[in-house]
Amino acid sequence: MSSEGAGDIKKHVRTYVVVFIALFALTLITVAISTLHLGIAAAVVVALLIATMKGSLVASYFMHLISEKKVVYLALILTAVFLLALILLPLTAFYDRIGK
Amino acid sequence: MQIPYTVTARPETGLYNAKLGIWLFLASEVMLFGALFSSYILLRIGAPQWPHGREILNVPLATLNTVILIASSVTMVMSWASLMMKRFDRFRLFMSLTILLGLMFLVVKGFEYGTKFEHGLFPSQSTFLAVYFTLTGLHGLHVIGGIIVNSYHLASGSKMWGKEPERFTNRVEVTGLYWHFVDLVWIFLFPTLYLL
Repeated sequence: MSSEGAGDIKKHVRTYVVVFIALFALTLITVAISTLHLGIAAAVVVALLIATMKGSLVASYFMHLISEKKVVYLALILTAVFLLALILLPLTAFYDRIGK
Repeated sequence: MQIPYTVTARPETGLYNAKLGIWLFLASEVMLFGALFSSYILLRIGAPQWPHGREILNVPLATLNTVILIASSVTMVMSWASLMMKRFDRFRLFMSLTILLGLMFLVVKGFEYGTKFEHGLFPSQSTFLAVYFTLTGLHGLHVIGGIIVNSYHLASGSKMWGKEPERFTNRVEVTGLYWHFVDLVWIFLFPTLYLL
């Protein structure tokens, strides 16, 4: 358990409420933008950008990643590298023209 | 034998063991959902045509479910904050709300699935539906898992608060990390399945 006092926690509680309002607003914004019928490329970029913003808020404040120990960051950096490989490597199949 | 470092931080990591444990578990969960997202992307860009999610799925219901899950993340973190402030009564309130919101999410999801089945829309119908049911089904199983663990913390598990309050607070904290991760996955599932 972290060594935070009750005063610090009360400050956290205010942050949680603000983050909730931001997440709620971003949810409505992403739904509203999806009705604008942007081109698929623009729609994907905007939707993923908003989802990344929301995800960062959850990870930073609810999961306290904004002030975490180094070992957690190291584990997550390694995870991010593997996740990127997991998503990008299969896409190379589209450039594989052997036999075509 | 006593389980080591349940309360105090292990000097090598600066964390109590369960916290490092849950982060490593969540890293493996990123790979699990990442593999499915990767398959989704590959199937989608390789398909000659792909339906627009909002034409098949119920966007208002999914928006409601997004708000429910976000709210449950707030009540989850508030249940931990309540324990940090030594307010067990408030912990019980916020934990009950978290479980209730989790159940509400499942009811809405069940309603959504039910409507799909009524219209003859099953995973075997199309690649889009197979992807939709696989991703939301696996996510739903994670919600069920979280509800079970949270219910244990609220019921018999809470006896630990009397004897080892710090250890109990840590248990709630790591469960919260898992619950927020489940919320985080939904934050990406919602736009990629329903809105694009």
